[in-house]
Amino acid sequence: MGLFILRRIGVMLLTAICLTFIVFFLTNLYPNLEKLAKTQGTQRMSDAEVTSWLAKRGYLQPLPVKYGQWLGVLPGYVNTDDTGAVINGRCIDPRKPDETPRKFCGILQGDWGFSTVFKEDAGVIISRRLALTGKLMFWVMVLMVPSALLLGVLAGMREGSRLDRFLSTVSIATTATPEYVSGVILIAIFASSAFGLKWFKGTATSAMEDANFNNFFLPVLTIALYGMGYIARMTRASMTEVMTAQYIRTARLKGVSFRNIVLKHALRNALIAPFTVIMLQFPWLLNGVVIVETLFNYKGFGWTLVQAAGNNDIELLLAASVVAVFVVLVTQLISDIGYVLLNPRIRIS
Amino acid sequence: MEPLSWGGIIIRMAVQFSPVWIALVVVFGLSITYKRRLGLYGKLFDSVIGMIGFALVMFWVFTGIFAAFDMIIQHDPLSQVSGMKNKLPGTPLPDGSGYYLLGGDNLARDVFSRMVAGSWIVIQIAPLATLFAFMVGITLGLPAGYFGGRLDTVLSFTSNLVLAFPVILLFYLLVTPEIVETGIPSYMAVVLFVFPLIFIAVLLNSRFHTQTAKRNLYVGGALLVGLVLYLSLINEQGSVISFLPAWLDLFDVPGNLLVVFVSVVFVNSPTVFRIVRGLVLDIRTRDYVAAAQTRGEGPWYIMLWEILPNARGPLIVDFCLRIGYTTILLGTLGFFGLGLESESPDWGSTINDGRKLLSIYPHPALPPALALMSLVLGLNLLADGLREESLRD
Repeated sequence: MGLFILRRIGVMLLTAICLTFIVFFLTNLYPNLEKLAKTQGTQRMSDAEVTSWLAKRGYLQPLPVKYGQWLGVLPGYVNTDDTGAVINGRCIDPRKPDETPRKFCGILQGDWGFSTVFKEDAGVIISRRLALTGKLMFWVMVLMVPSALLLGVLAGMREGSRLDRFLSTVSIATTATPEYVSGVILIAIFASSAFGLKWFKGTATSAMEDANFNNFFLPVLTIALYGMGYIARMTRASMTEVMTAQYIRTARLKGVSFRNIVLKHALRNALIAPFTVIMLQFPWLLNGVVIVETLFNYKGFGWTLVQAAGNNDIELLLAASVVAVFVVLVTQLISDIGYVLLNPRIRIS
Repeated sequence: MEPLSWGGIIIRMAVQFSPVWIALVVVFGLSITYKRRLGLYGKLFDSVIGMIGFALVMFWVFTGIFAAFDMIIQHDPLSQVSGMKNKLPGTPLPDGSGYYLLGGDNLARDVFSRMVAGSWIVIQIAPLATLFAFMVGITLGLPAGYFGGRLDTVLSFTSNLVLAFPVILLFYLLVTPEIVETGIPSYMAVVLFVFPLIFIAVLLNSRFHTQTAKRNLYVGGALLVGLVLYLSLINEQGSVISFLPAWLDLFDVPGNLLVVFVSVVFVNSPTVFRIVRGLVLDIRTRDYVAAAQTRGEGPWYIMLWEILPNARGPLIVDFCLRIGYTTILLGTLGFFGLGLESESPDWGSTINDGRKLLSIYPHPALPPALALMSLVLGLNLLADGLREESLRD
């Protein structure tokens, strides 16, 4: 078991390094850098000026070196003038001239870079935005997981019944409705003046400080709906499989009531598979978060990602990608380990 | 002219869609009459869910095809009529020549015509991109599952790498003008689009390699046609890859459409790879595979002519689901304004246009949203019906 976890973590770290390198490569392509130079300097820079602007900021070093510096395993670049005095460098903060500069400053040292759009430390922005998204995700989970499990168990306990048909169709319908469709429909029905039902607010901007049912329910519901159908279908499949097992038949022949069979015998075994599915939903939820935060103008992590990508904010985009990749990989790891721990047949062998 | 009531709007829309109704009735009539002779497709007409799904899908397929011939569209989806900005559904045109059945959008274009025109874009891209993703996934998944070993480790690691990428981040990294300028999507197209060619060549070669004359004819012919199509697909005058003389370049895919296509194929193929690999791992242990090995058949023959046909059930079901997923991805791209031009009538872009004034004028965003939902729902129901019917025997 220990060896298994160690191997999984090793593969995860390798994946993380590969993925961040790909993102680093794609964001540091020359056209992106040129655009960065022109937006930070002036639009009318000549090619030579662009090159010198980039060289001064260390962007023209070879890619692996730049990556190593960004990661914090290679010492940051330092530019000196003819006399040997230091002008600038990766680890030299012009706002704090008295500090002795560190040798390494990458994300491993907690140095996430500086956002050119928000004029702030990328790490600070990301942690603040992540807290907002965490709030959103928490309520999504509170709404999504119990209702999805309930849907799945109710549909799966009597396979082929009318209830099963109805609930299965409902869950297919929710998986067929991406967030940008359900969000638009929900806003149009519940928040627009055209239908006159102004029950909820169409934006969640005010929910960032003060979330209440009125301004937060629609975004939460929009994300939850899309994921719910899939989890419900997996739960249903697992439940129908358990309900045909020998021990359920034995319990029924003993005369245990249907209610007790479902609650005491079937449920526990039927919930192993959905656990993995719920954990693997995180990457999808991340997509949903980006779409919903854009649609409802909720300035969380997803919104930041879109802003960074749309405005060519390289450092912030890199920081956001690291977090996104990390979330995905960690949930995969937890789902793998959790599956082994929950399933006695695998755990004991 | 008076604005139309909702009843009038619905009747006029139904009349506008009349070619689609006729086509649907013909297809359903023929299919139900001959359903016993049509195999799995015929069995679909035994399940109500499957029939509903098929009807929804075919509705949009026919709408798309007829829209390409300018049949259902009332007004030009790109032209703006002054005085029609954000007008409610059923408003007549100022010159009295007709109505905007579903109102006008924020640039005074006809919402109904844009929705219909958008279906053609989806019907063109989504199935084809899914097919390419399947070719890539099958060509890599078969050997990974069959041979196993180091090949499997490397390919599985790579596919997990792509799967761990948040899709939207990938789109933002691949589909921006700066990246297109570097030509990375074009190089990806070169790699990804070669897989169908390999697939067909190996498929024919493994079948006919004992009959040399026939093999040379089939493989040579397929390769010739495939190569010309492949080269004109990847080659675009004025982009990074333009080495063909103009007379050989049969058609040009507009650069941004190619990028959208490539990124959708790229996102979809690892999942297909995983499914195919899993199926092969299961089927490889069957007796008929052992029999073929004993007969001395080559590995590619076994993979493509013994294993693949027996994996078709789950693959067909997944194909339907995946077209739906591809439609959702295309919508996502449009929603973020990536790839396609901003005035393109595809559903994602139209939803993106309409969402800015959603709380005051919801009518421009709702029709494309409902259209996208009904198509994806149809594909999901169709897949469900197919799964049920294929499990029955």
